[in-house]
Amino acid sequence: MDSLYRDYILDHYRHPQNFGTLENPDGASEEVNELCGDRIKMQIKFRISNFEFRIKDVKFYGEGCAIMIASASMLTEKVKGLKEDEIMKLNTDSVLEILGIELTPNRIKCAVLPLEALQKSLILAKKKRK
Amino acid sequence: MNIQKIKSDFPIFKRLINKKPIIYLDSTASSLKPKEVIDAISAYYTEYSVNIFRGVYALSEEATEAYGNARESVSKFIGAALDEVVFVRNATESMNLVANTWGEEHIKEGTSVVTTVMEHHANIVPWQVQTKKHGAELRIIDIDEEGDLKLENLDKLIDKKTVLLAITHMSNVLGTINPVKDLIKKAKSINPNIVVLVDAAQSVPHMKVDVADLGCDFLVFSGHKMLGPTGTGILWGKLHLFEEMPPYQYGGDMIKEVGLYSSTYKNPPHKFEAGTPHIAGGIGLGAAVAYLTKIGMENIRQHEIEITRYALNKLNEIDGIKIFGPKKAQDKGGVIAFVMEGIHPHDLAQILNEDNICVRSGHHCAMPLHKKLGLIASTRASFYIYNDEGDVDALIEGIKKAIKIFK
Ligand SMILES: Cc1ncc(COP(=O)(O)O)c(C=O)c1O
Repeated sequence: MDSLYRDYILDHYRHPQNFGTLENPDGASEEVNELCGDRIKMQIKFRISNFEFRIKDVKFYGEGCAIMIASASMLTEKVKGLKEDEIMKLNTDSVLEILGIELTPNRIKCAVLPLEALQKSLILAKKKRK
Repeated sequence: MNIQKIKSDFPIFKRLINKKPIIYLDSTASSLKPKEVIDAISAYYTEYSVNIFRGVYALSEEATEAYGNARESVSKFIGAALDEVVFVRNATESMNLVANTWGEEHIKEGTSVVTTVMEHHANIVPWQVQTKKHGAELRIIDIDEEGDLKLENLDKLIDKKTVLLAITHMSNVLGTINPVKDLIKKAKSINPNIVVLVDAAQSVPHMKVDVADLGCDFLVFSGHKMLGPTGTGILWGKLHLFEEMPPYQYGGDMIKEVGLYSSTYKNPPHKFEAGTPHIAGGIGLGAAVAYLTKIGMENIRQHEIEITRYALNKLNEIDGIKIFGPKKAQDKGGVIAFVMEGIHPHDLAQILNEDNICVRSGHHCAMPLHKKLGLIASTRASFYIYNDEGDVDALIEGIKKAIKIFK
């Protein structure tokens, strides 16, 4: 098995994109990895165009391993401007594709935790609108 | 102790993963199994795989005798009487058995249960549930910087209304060996009626433990951490407690006489062993005890002190490492938890795995302790009879490799 720790993964870990918090987010959710206690908080803001909600801004905050932080960093870069349903369609495979690495079952949770937090925050935002 | 010889008793070491040998540093979670244990289990399944207590035919007699011998080996191993040793699934089930039988009758409103911040979840969650359920108080003994229990204020935590002290003999993270014998004396001098449960899951596999010497009332441990099979655990308890406790589960094998509307139960330990037990497991555990006895628990403890000292010295030379627990090898078990600055424990474990170095990363079922230490997770390396200095050297090289990747 060649190393997971490619240069771009380590770059995202050391200098994560969209790391921080948003003021008055439209949606937010915090997820914990029971396996290790790592946690991540995702916050989102929408913009509305053509009667559709699109991600205007997204930030994450938390403590985690290189895989989780890199995944959050790359995912948040990717989803800006996407529509709600496009984000809800993302799954484990999409995350692995974004990361460009293969993971063993024990580590997959680290990679998908940011997506889970993001999707939860969308669901919560939707509930709030109703 | 001849480690090479011992290693050759463990078939798993013949295995290569990605053409590399296995460096196993996670015996605190579960130990590996020697051929003797595997053979004993397989002999039961191939030669006399029948139920116990139920048949007068030769095979059943043979199985009953083997299972009984296993109980006898285990009881001798910890200096206990035969009828004080109950076979269960694991240490966790032992705590739950006590919580749901003895605890149900003694943990009441106005009483308290005392435990410590360094417990494994198995020795804290059942007491959280029982104290909440009955409106009792749960009190926690704290630790100091070195990872030793703070015992100055013991008389503030334990009082006449404290029914139970549930305490670990050895921490599965810090490695701290608690002075349980003294502690029990002190606790009983404050309150002679207090019952003390010792979690010996990490001590019985690694050092000589004698229940009479410790002076506890219950002692629990798991078979799979002491070379035995998974699915085996032991609850030891004083006979007079066992006699007054209600059964744990009901059904076959635990009854004396069954009428249509009521029944009477067997004496301990059978009263607590409803249904067909893990016969093969018990027999395997008996073989594990025989193997440990052959090597000698004093020798095992000595070996672990030496290898832990070697590892502590080597690890302490690494920049950016923080090691938790007692500083001196003789004050702790063969378990070292640490964090590396700038490297998440998961990432470290992953990089070590590239060279088949098996360590544990996470909270090791001790979340309150990690919180106390200001951590989410740590990396833990632990040693047993089959580990040598070469394994420690491999760990050190692996950590250096991780430092290079993450620098
Ligand atoms: C100190 C301690 N207590 C209890 C347990 C629980 O053991 P088991 O999972 O076998 O029930 C463990 C095992 O991790 C332990 O280290």
